[in-house]
Amino acid sequence: MSQHIVPVRVYVTIFAALMVLTALTVYVATLEHGALSTPIALAIAITKAMLVILYFMHVRYSSGLTQISIATGVLFLLVMIAITMADIVSRGWLGTPGS
Amino acid sequence: MDTQVTNEHDRQEHYLNVDYGIRSWLLTRDHKRIALLYLGSITFMFFLGGIFALVIRLELLTPAGDIVGADTYNKLFTMHGVIMIFFFLIPSIPAVLGNFLVPLMIGARDLAFPRINLASWYIYSLGALFGLWAVFTGGVDTGWTFYAPYSTTASYTKVVPTIVGAFLVGFSSIFTGLNFIVTIHRMRAPGLTWFRLPLFIWAHYATSVIIILGTPVIAITLGLVAVERVFRIGIFDPALGGDPILFQHLFWFYSHPAVYIMILPSMGIISEVITCFSRKRIFGYSFIAVSSLAIALLGFLVWGHHMFVSGQSVYAALIFSVLSFAVAIPSAVKVFNWTATLYKGSISFEAPMVYALGFIGLFTIGGLTGLFLAALGLDVHVHDTYFVVAHFHYIMVGGAIMGYLAGIHFWWPKITGRLYPETLARIAALIVFLGFNLTFFPQFVLGYLGMPRRYYVYPPEFQVLNVMSTAGATILGVGYLLPMLYLTWSLRWGARAGANPWRATGLEWQTPSPPPTYNFATTPLVTEEPYAYPLREAREY
Repeated sequence: MSQHIVPVRVYVTIFAALMVLTALTVYVATLEHGALSTPIALAIAITKAMLVILYFMHVRYSSGLTQISIATGVLFLLVMIAITMADIVSRGWLGTPGS
Repeated sequence: MDTQVTNEHDRQEHYLNVDYGIRSWLLTRDHKRIALLYLGSITFMFFLGGIFALVIRLELLTPAGDIVGADTYNKLFTMHGVIMIFFFLIPSIPAVLGNFLVPLMIGARDLAFPRINLASWYIYSLGALFGLWAVFTGGVDTGWTFYAPYSTTASYTKVVPTIVGAFLVGFSSIFTGLNFIVTIHRMRAPGLTWFRLPLFIWAHYATSVIIILGTPVIAITLGLVAVERVFRIGIFDPALGGDPILFQHLFWFYSHPAVYIMILPSMGIISEVITCFSRKRIFGYSFIAVSSLAIALLGFLVWGHHMFVSGQSVYAALIFSVLSFAVAIPSAVKVFNWTATLYKGSISFEAPMVYALGFIGLFTIGGLTGLFLAALGLDVHVHDTYFVVAHFHYIMVGGAIMGYLAGIHFWWPKITGRLYPETLARIAALIVFLGFNLTFFPQFVLGYLGMPRRYYVYPPEFQVLNVMSTAGATILGVGYLLPMLYLTWSLRWGARAGANPWRATGLEWQTPSPPPTYNFATTPLVTEEPYAYPLREAREY
């Protein structure tokens, strides 16, 4: 089985990036962003997750089939979040009867 | 003469006699032995869940609460559901027949990851032990759906051990699904292209995709219930700032596709059995194959139809309703194709075929009543009534278990090397069919008339239909005990099966029964489409 050799330098760089992003998460949490607070925190978290998946889990160097499998997982996660949010966002549109 | 045959048979080495002793079973990496370990485990759980069902039906024989109180009744239907769904139905066909047959059907020596396969049985067993611990130390009363906030705040029963059990069993499913996907991709015999695969394999491939995509969500959701219950962190409980409907979204995102985890493998079995006993190539092979994937995909988009009266947005409900109707299309594709396969076939009524024909009828009723429930207005009327109970039992028992029994009978000669008593098996199949309908058809009427589910007392005018249902349940119980008895009997006294007693196509029939440990003496070469019945018949007989 062929195994891509990843230089240690890449791991160190990604680790450093993750640490910086963690520090960034803590820092932005101390600032006031109003409605943007959650999206900002999520954006940083997603970036970190992508770095882990692509480099630490070697997906960047994996076969197309492995990449498709992982992309499918992410796609279905998005489906779950999108349709659940469709409910949560539109739940109040009709108002509550009697109120 | 007979002794001579027996000795000759016993001399032939196969997976059952290659090694003896408990250790050779508990440390086996042979997919066929692991399948039998699973068979023993899930059969035990099936009869345990069945006992709860019988007590429920006995309690409902009269309108008053005679045998158990309300709290015990709540525990009975919860444990019936939890055991039957998580510990029996979900692993049933994939872990037993799938495990046994996937490598055999694709001409492989074993699954891709034999150790992971064995680990999956151990994880299943650990989960089942947690489930049994909960059952025997007081039980759980949340309903098999564990709806929050009741499950996270109000229930004083064994919620956490049950959840841990379901969580663990979920991981064993993931192991099995992962194994199937990799095996089907990487280990097919030379010449076995995707569109030459048996439909049983397509069904298991689609099932595995659902297992891998869906099961982590239920695992995390149940984990969150435990976290909220133990650490009081607000996720689902409104008093703590959570959203109870969020629980239902997360729960049904897995648990609706889980219905397809139960029914798709069963459909795979029906495709094999119908074509074999019609002596005809299957009608619409590629449509049946692709419809399995379509069901897997669409099955993930319809979960909100369980939540029409939960308080979810009506706009979301509209979308879920439309998508739910859409999932009927690939299901109907299968039913029509099976029926078209029967047309002008040379049909014989061996026991697997009797079960398969029963499946088609019962699944059709279950599926069509699903459309009633997908309709927004009608669902409000029959929601949480016996109509729903009848509907999902037609799918899960009339569909999934009928298919499971068809498969167990069809491949029993391959698994054990013995034939089961045919006449008795046909009678048992008819008893199951009659008992099933008598049990569950009256429940459609009860539900339509307004009898709610999950109540241990009911108005006297519902008694006649409930008595019919209970009478049916006892007949159904006999129908399930019979195969248990004669299949066990056949292990010792059944006639020798030979490699291919049904004269069926498929690689699994080209190796001796029971198969040798590594399945095939030489890797088979596939040169033709599956189900080439008329061609093969003309050539060989």
